[in-house]
Formats: sequence, C-alpha cells, structure tokens
Amino acid sequence: MSAVAVEVEAPTMPEVHYLNADYGWRSWLFTTDHKRIAWLYLFAITGFFAVGGLMATLMRLNLVEPTGALMEPASYNKLFTAHGLIMIFFFLAPSIPTVLGNFLIPIMIGARDVAFPKLNLLSWYIFMLAGSVFMFSVIRGGVDTGWTLYTPLSTTYANGNVLSAAVGIFISGFSSILTGLNFMVTIHKMRAPRMTWFRLPLFIWALYATSVIFVLAMPVIAITLALIALERIFHVGIFDPALGGDPILFQHLFWFFGHPEVYILILPSMGVVSELVAAGCRKRVFGYSFVAFSSVSIAAISFMVWGHHMFLTGQSVYAGFVFSALSFAVAIPSAIKVFNWTATMHKASVSYDTPMLYAIGFIGLFTIGGLTGLFLASLGTDVHLHDTYFVVAHFHYVMVGGAIMGYLGGMHLWWPKMTGKLYPEAWARFACLLVFAGFNLTFGPQFILGYLGMPRRYAVYPAEFQVLNVMSSAGASILALGYLIPLIYFTWSAFKGPVAGPNPWGAKGLEWTIPSPPPTNNFDETPVVEEAYAYGPEEAHVG
Amino acid sequence: MGLRRLTLADGHDSAALVAHQFDDFEQQTQADTFGMWLFLATEVLFFGGLFCGYALYRNLYFEAFTAGSHLLKIKYGASYTVLLICSSLTMALGVRSAQLRRQTALTVYVVLTWIMGFAFVYVKLRYEWYGDYLEGLVPGLNFAPRGESLDMIHHFHATVPHVGLFFIFYFVMTGVHALHMVIGLGLLTTLLIFAKQGKVTKGNFLWVELVGLYWHFVDIVWIFLFPLLYLIGGRYV
Repeated sequence: MSAVAVEVEAPTMPEVHYLNADYGWRSWLFTTDHKRIAWLYLFAITGFFAVGGLMATLMRLNLVEPTGALMEPASYNKLFTAHGLIMIFFFLAPSIPTVLGNFLIPIMIGARDVAFPKLNLLSWYIFMLAGSVFMFSVIRGGVDTGWTLYTPLSTTYANGNVLSAAVGIFISGFSSILTGLNFMVTIHKMRAPRMTWFRLPLFIWALYATSVIFVLAMPVIAITLALIALERIFHVGIFDPALGGDPILFQHLFWFFGHPEVYILILPSMGVVSELVAAGCRKRVFGYSFVAFSSVSIAAISFMVWGHHMFLTGQSVYAGFVFSALSFAVAIPSAIKVFNWTATMHKASVSYDTPMLYAIGFIGLFTIGGLTGLFLASLGTDVHLHDTYFVVAHFHYVMVGGAIMGYLGGMHLWWPKMTGKLYPEAWARFACLLVFAGFNLTFGPQFILGYLGMPRRYAVYPAEFQVLNVMSSAGASILALGYLIPLIYFTWSAFKGPVAGPNPWGAKGLEWTIPSPPPTNNFDETPVVEEAYAYGPEEAHVG
Repeated sequence: MGLRRLTLADGHDSAALVAHQFDDFEQQTQADTFGMWLFLATEVLFFGGLFCGYALYRNLYFEAFTAGSHLLKIKYGASYTVLLICSSLTMALGVRSAQLRRQTALTVYVVLTWIMGFAFVYVKLRYEWYGDYLEGLVPGLNFAPRGESLDMIHHFHATVPHVGLFFIFYFVMTGVHALHMVIGLGLLTTLLIFAKQGKVTKGNFLWVELVGLYWHFVDIVWIFLFPLLYLIGGRYV
C-alpha cells in the first residue's frame, strides 16, 4: 500500500457511516442517499457487464475456427447485437456517471446530496425497468440487427423482438436524461461556498460535459426508437423505401444521437484519469483549464460529426468533406488531454499504485484508439476499412482500453472511500497487468484482420485469418480473468480488508477530507474551498 | 398592487419548506427552476427529431405534403390555437395569483386553464381525428383517401403513399403534442389539489411556476405545428 498510509497513526473508521446508518432492504431500495444509489447502480451494471462479457466470450469462442466452432450464424448475429446493446446502454453509459458520479459529485463539490435525490432513485428504477424489458427481449430470442438497428432490417425484416428491445432502450434513455439533468443542476446550483467553476475537480467538468450530451442526445434516440416502434406496430412507411420512406433518415437520426453517445462513454473516463493522474503524481493537473475546456469542446463537437458513420451511404461528398474535417477536429481536445496528463507526470514522483497503472494504461490505449479513429475519419481510407474488424478494434480500444480502464482505475482509487477498506494491492496490480496484456492481445490482432479485409459481424471467415483470430480469442480469456480477479478481491476487501482511513493516497480534494466511509450527510459543516488540487511542493516528493 | 414577488420570509416558516440537501430556499428555488428549463431543453430535442423528418420529407415529396395540408381543416387548427393562447394567459394569471397568495383567483384560473386544455384534447379526438378516420386518412389503420380527398391528391399530382407519409407525421407530431397536453392536464390537477389544501398560498408556489413553464412550452410547440401542418395550405371550411 502507499507509504503515506503507514506514516500517520493507525487509520480509523467512523462508528456510524452511510453504510451502517440504517439497516434492512427498505433502507436500500427506498434510499435517497446518493452514495447508496451508487451502490444500487454498481450491483446492476456489474450484472449487465457479466452478461455482456459472457456474450463476448461466446463470440470469441465461436471464432476460434473459420467455420464457426459453436453456433449457427443466426445465433451469432443475436449475440453480437445483444453484446453491443447491453454493453453500451446498460453498462458503459451508466458505469462511471451513475456509480462514481453519483457517489462523488455531491462530495466533490461540497454538497449533502444531489439536487433531486428522489429523482435520482427514480432514475435507478427506470434503469432497472429498461434493463428488464431489454433482457426480456433477449430471453425471448433476441434481435439480430446489430446495435445500430438499421432500417429497413429492423422495421421490416427482423423478427418481433425488435419492439421489446427498442422499448427497453427507449426507457433507459429517460433514466439517462434524468441522471444528466440531475447532475447538471447539482453542479450548477449545489457547489459549496467559494467552489468556483475553476476550482472544480476535472472529474466534475468531464461529468458536466457528459450530462450535457445525456440531456441533448438521448431525446433524439427516444423519438427515433418511437418511430421504429410505430412502423413495426402499424406498418407505416416512415423508413420504408417502398412507401416513400427514407432509411437514410434513420441513420442520420441514429448517429446524431450515436456519435455523442460514444463520447458519453469516454468523457467520464477521461475525468477519472485526470483525478488518477493528480493523485498518483501528487500534483495539480498540468494545464487545468485546458483540460477542463477540452471536455466541454469534445461534447460540443460531438454533435457535429455524425456523418462520418455514413461516408458510404451515398451521402453528398461535400457533406463528407465537412464531416471528415470536423471529425479530425475531435483530435485536438483529445490530444490536449493526453499531452497534459503526460506533462503532469513529467518530473513528478509518480507512484505506481494500481489506480495510476490504470491511468497509464488508459493514456496509451486511448491514444491508439483515438489515432486509429483518424483513419476512419478520412474519406479515402474509410472506404477500405469501413465495416471491417479495424472498426471493431478501434472502438474497443476506446471503449474497453479507454472507458473500462478508466472505470476500473476509478473504482480502485475510490474503493477505500466507498467502503472504508483497502483492497490487496499486489493482486490489484497483477489483475491490471492481465487486463492490459489480455486487452492488447484481444484487439491488437483485430486491427490487422480489418486491414486485411475481414468484415465485422460474420460468424465465419477465410482460413488464412485463423491465427490472428485464435490470438484474439486467447487474449479474451486473459482479459476475462483480469476482470474476474477484481470482482473477487473487491468483494473480499469489503468484508475483510484492512481499514483505509480517510485519505490512504494522500490525495487532495473534498472527498479525502471526510471519513471513509462518509457519514450520510457527507459534511458536518459546509466546507469552504480555496483551490483545486492544492498540492504543495512537499507533497510532490512524498512516496 | 404592484407585482412584487413574495418570498417565503413573508410571514412563513421557510426552513420547513427546504429539502435537506439545500442550504436555503433561494438555492432550492433556483435548482428546481433550472431543472425544469433543462427538461424543456430535452423536449426541444425530442420534438426536433420529428420536425427534422417532416422538413426532409416535405422537401422530397413537396406535392404530396401540399396535398396533405389541403386535406386538414383550418377551423380545427385555428380554434386550438385560440384555446391554447387563451389558456396560456389564464395560466400566467394563475402564476401571478399564486405569487400574490390569492387562493380563490388561483383556483379559478387553473380551472379555466384546465377547461381549455381539456376542450383542446376533446375536440381533437372526438371531432378532428374521428373525422379523419371516417375519411380514411389514418395511416396504419385505414389510409385510403377517397372522394374529395382523392381529387385533391390528384389535383396536386401527388401519389397516395407519399400523402400517407404526410399523415404519419401529422398524427405523430400532433399526437405527441396531445400526449403532452394530457400530462399537462394531470399536472394542473395536482395544482388544484395543492391549491385546495392551501399548500400553494401558505407555502411554496414554485410548483405553480414550474407547471406554468411546462404549459407554455407545450403551447409554443403548437404555435410551430399550426403553420407547418395547417396554414401552409389547409381547407378553410
């Protein structure tokens, strides 16, 4: 464990805290405490992650043999559709915002709770309803359209479960909208005295940008899915070319939501990494205001790049130029973040505890994921790479190598705060190494597969691609192990772990000034904030 | 009496009305109001998708959309507009009454608003949509224009399925709007209950302002729907 924890007197835990202030299932299922709601979400999304991960495992197993080792192509289609929809709508989108965000936003800004605690609980119930409806569609036989639900496949040709799947996602959108709205109001109106915008932790800036996207993008997918449902129920021709409808309109509406949605998945992780880097280097993040504004500008640009998913759909080539150029512009705020994180690490005494290892992993993998995105944003190369495994590898480098690494890093940094217990550091570093190695082995070969022309979403492939596919499947099993180990040691540490004390990392920020686990009301008296990341010169050399 | 907005400090126990997460009443009011505005922003995007689709298809099938508009009856659209604008006035007067803590006036204005909102929904379902159904103009149920309707479509050299697209957007857009009206009627009913219990005039009148915001928003959506669907070429009978 970090040396800081050992130097001070033995860490203590408060007698009464938010976890034991009240007992019984009612005190959890009807709680309005943002910290308990974070736990409700944690259990839910861990379940969805397990289901989505199991589906990925089955897909990788099937691809061990060129002819498909396990299943019919029809089952494979349903698997990748459910895998995508579950991971995006029921794991990644809620992961950091609803678990770490719910837990940390009020504490980080010095508030007793979010602005609308009951609405916060309602969001969880809506989320669970959405998840249940969606899982119902999966159990009834699933959907084989791909997560993009393109028309007219989803409206005319696919089987009837499209309706229940669409309803599930439609409902989940409202959960996200309410969460985003709640966070925005909280960050605007609930900040402690003298907690100005430029004294906010960068995690808050990132989640603010995410919430803006939640609030503006989710209504568009809601109305689009409603149109799909209408078309399926009444057989009207909104997207049916035979009746004059335009399937491309669906793609425009879908990607107008869909591209901002992928920034919903990565922005919170970027916020977490800013915190991990500051805590791991015991330094103020270099170029604070640039990092803060880069989150906002990523959110703003995200609404203007959707056409890069449609270069090959007969879109006007002039529109293609503009969308391509705007997509390249996303690289600027992304690079600002990466360079500022590395600049923060420069000449710092970096501690290589698990959270920082995840942060470093994130920076490397996100850079690869981001740079390969430029190939896909180029009009020429996209023609070759579109709908190949190159795309699959690209977005998994951002979503898994980026978003999930950030999520796990954040869970390790704030686990002592959430539970008051320390996790076993050696096991955690080992698991982090497995995740990093397994991830690269899984998705690295897929760049090559895609470049060589293997299309995505196929259950079978030519025999010459087998070596790379077996590598990828082997990597997936290492990755799965890397995800399983934290599940075990986190569970163990929640009960048997050593006491963490209020600030095991010697980190700055309001959340480290209160006991671990925090009291139900967070702060006995409202804190006054003078500076973000108030690391002095002495802290920079501890550890 | 000038329109001075009373605060809760005016002879009431403000601390009792502040939820535990807020420091004071001012913070709570600001948070609730901002939350409502954000919600309305999501609604703009929600309707925005439909307006987008309408604009696209109007461009693609101009003749069909012209013909479709000519099949709507302006008398309905116009009377809805009058109803909604008047209901916005009574709603605003209701908010003012709440601020001035006049319970009877508040009740009267909210009831008037409710009646006009209900008239909107009733006339739409009972007369306009039912009339459309009898004329065979409902896509998905019985879309088969005949008689004068068919003559109109031929007059504009439009094709029947494309006119069907117009009617899909007409029913979805006005339908989603009508659904918002129904939700608004429910919200007005909660206002009436609170007003009757004296909660509004003795305590927090913010709920009246928030429902008012919602009601004005739904009215404004109609202000866009009316010209886009009806005025652009409806039947003046």
